[in-house]
Amino acid sequence: MGFMDKLKSKFTQNKETEEISEKYKEGMKKSRNTFSGKINDLIARYRKVDEDFFEELEEVLISADVGVMTVMDLIDELKMEVKRQNIKDTKEVKNVISEKLVEIYYGDENEEIEKLKVKEDELSVILVVGVNGVGKTTSIGKLAHQLKTQGKNVVLAAGDTFRAGAIEQLEVWGERAGVDVIKQSAGSDPAAVIFDGIKAAKSRGADVLICDTAGRLQNKVNLMNELAKVKRVIEREIPGAPHEVLLVLDATTGQNALSQAKTFSEATDVTGIVLTKLDGTAKGGIVLAIRNELNIPVKFVGLGEKVDDLQQFDAHAFVYGLFADMMEDSEEEQKDV
Amino acid sequence: MAFEGLAERLQSTIKKITGKGKVSEQDVKEMTREVRLALLEADVNFKVVKDLIKRIKERAVGQEVMESLTPGQQVIKVVKEELTALMGGEQSKIAVADRPPTVIMMVGLQGAGKTTTTGKLANHLRKKHNRSPLLVACDVYRPAAINQLETLGEQLNMPVFSMGTEANPVDIATKAIEKAKEEHNDYVIIDTAGRLHVDSELMEELQQIKANVKPEEIFLVVDAMTGQDAVNVAESFNEQLDLSGVVLTKLDGDTRGGAALSIKAVTDKPVKFAGMGEKLDELEPFHPERMASRILGMGDVLSLIEKAQANVDEKQAKELEEKMRTMSFTFDDFLEQMGQVKNMGPLDELINMIPGANKMKGLKNAQIDEKQLSHVEAIIQSMTKKERQEPNIINASRKKRIAKGSGTTVSQVNRLLKQFNDMKKMMKQMTNMQKGKKGKGMNFPFM
Repeated sequence: MGFMDKLKSKFTQNKETEEISEKYKEGMKKSRNTFSGKINDLIARYRKVDEDFFEELEEVLISADVGVMTVMDLIDELKMEVKRQNIKDTKEVKNVISEKLVEIYYGDENEEIEKLKVKEDELSVILVVGVNGVGKTTSIGKLAHQLKTQGKNVVLAAGDTFRAGAIEQLEVWGERAGVDVIKQSAGSDPAAVIFDGIKAAKSRGADVLICDTAGRLQNKVNLMNELAKVKRVIEREIPGAPHEVLLVLDATTGQNALSQAKTFSEATDVTGIVLTKLDGTAKGGIVLAIRNELNIPVKFVGLGEKVDDLQQFDAHAFVYGLFADMMEDSEEEQKDV
Repeated sequence: MAFEGLAERLQSTIKKITGKGKVSEQDVKEMTREVRLALLEADVNFKVVKDLIKRIKERAVGQEVMESLTPGQQVIKVVKEELTALMGGEQSKIAVADRPPTVIMMVGLQGAGKTTTTGKLANHLRKKHNRSPLLVACDVYRPAAINQLETLGEQLNMPVFSMGTEANPVDIATKAIEKAKEEHNDYVIIDTAGRLHVDSELMEELQQIKANVKPEEIFLVVDAMTGQDAVNVAESFNEQLDLSGVVLTKLDGDTRGGAALSIKAVTDKPVKFAGMGEKLDELEPFHPERMASRILGMGDVLSLIEKAQANVDEKQAKELEEKMRTMSFTFDDFLEQMGQVKNMGPLDELINMIPGANKMKGLKNAQIDEKQLSHVEAIIQSMTKKERQEPNIINASRKKRIAKGSGTTVSQVNRLLKQFNDMKKMMKQMTNMQKGKKGKGMNFPFM
């Protein structure tokens, strides 16, 4: 059984996973069309696995924003694998490509890394960080809704006191999700707002506190220091907190996402990534590079603008989404034969 | 880290070539491969890179590089010329309608920075062109988007036209034009909701707004950090709306900004402005040549020189040079120099403009602390005139007084005094070294 079939059978085993992969397929349809379309093109055009084939494959992967270094590594490994298995037909390479992509992502670990770490009986704190305009506040709204649906008592802290309208935006999401929002006036100290949030969450016996922060570019030293301070306040108030530090990344972002992940990690020890705007044509391939180079897993993906459009990330599903067309095509071919 | 400038990338290849009598085709191939990687790492679209490399190869093989003494530099020059040519000339002009108001539409993906840019553009029009714009809140979808624009309007003291979230954006835009005519606003800037270029329903809405208000300008607002997808976004928006220009935002980050090149290449529409910060006056005309340098990781030398020229008085610099030679440099001069450097803008910004600075470990993590500078200033200002001229007279009790006066500690005062002495010594060495070479002045001792 080829790797693709294994992936596929994994997602047809039960209804629940089928639904997830359906969502992925739907949300990533536009991404998929171009990406797998290109790989199919490539495979149709090249019968032989040679240098030209690899060069073009390199371009296909780069066009998906998979980091340049990661692509180079991947191509090198593929070349070795092709030699080792003595693969001559480009069609067979397909399996090896997706196998390698999933392998890059998981390394020695498994699906556990994608689960959100929240405590069962005590307050868990989630700090949400990222550059401007990636969708932090929207993701918090969606996450609050998701946790609330799971029966958790959620409180939000409006730590973006800088951008005009940010507090109001979080309040609207709070209303939609039916959770409380702790706020101060615009321009106040974000660390103080978070401190208030912790106090309020404790006194209300909340299960999860999600802290919004202002968007900031990672090269602004002062703003990154401010963020580190916010984290210190949380650490001081609750030992072991924050339980998650989520970096929100825009899927359209290119190589700079690596720099974002690196610098935000230095300031706040990022534990996971929320990949937003994956419902466009951007492929978000940079998460593979981030996982490869910085070992940070993706926890959620944003696949639309509705309140329930936040999905738990699953690398198998991610790759399945990217390659689904290809799998269906190859099945048809098999039937023809 | 993966982000190396082209110059660094080419180093190893250049090393191999120097000493060789001739540059072979293979060498050119290796160099262009490095160029290709540098451009891809800067997020230039791979198709655009392909075309560029083809042209660069042609020029390189066409003897230009082969005959040059420093082939590496020559390659960089060729690449930069090609990039600059592709970026086009500088164009930060905004159209003016025959009959006011002039209408500008802001469009783009979610989170690109449309609303902030709308505020900045309005501020620019008022400050630089003496216009009175009306801002229009057509983003009825994102929570609190209208609120955000209204807050910006308050900060700028400018009118904002909105009809709440229940109204139809097409109606809002149309009514806003009437309103602008009544109120004699000569510019109308329409802030629209962020949308995906593949969302046909929302793209249709933009086309309707366009048909109704007939804008003179349609600006696509693009995040400078956008990756390979920039071409899809720009192409799609351009096809459906026929853009008139592009505004690149978040350029104050550390992205190379290769998207700028991709967008220009696929749409042939000029990038007119660049967003350089979160404050409302941080919108700048876009400089294609500087962008080319940035994409190549060569630092923004031009901007730096310009800033230095604008802020350093030639005559003062001459006097200072004289003082250094005669060793009569005092704390007063020190203070003056500090003022000049500070006038040039935030220090970390300055450092970012120096080529290679982001590679120097010490500098990158130096965390330029502006507060520390104010401490130094306070210490000097707490000295008497005589102490500033002759720091040697500063004894323990004077130190205590200075520390008290400046709100610092004696150890901080000590540190400054030591630094000042070290600096004087260094200057002496430098001026001695330079005695041999005539006419080579030191203009910026602190850079």
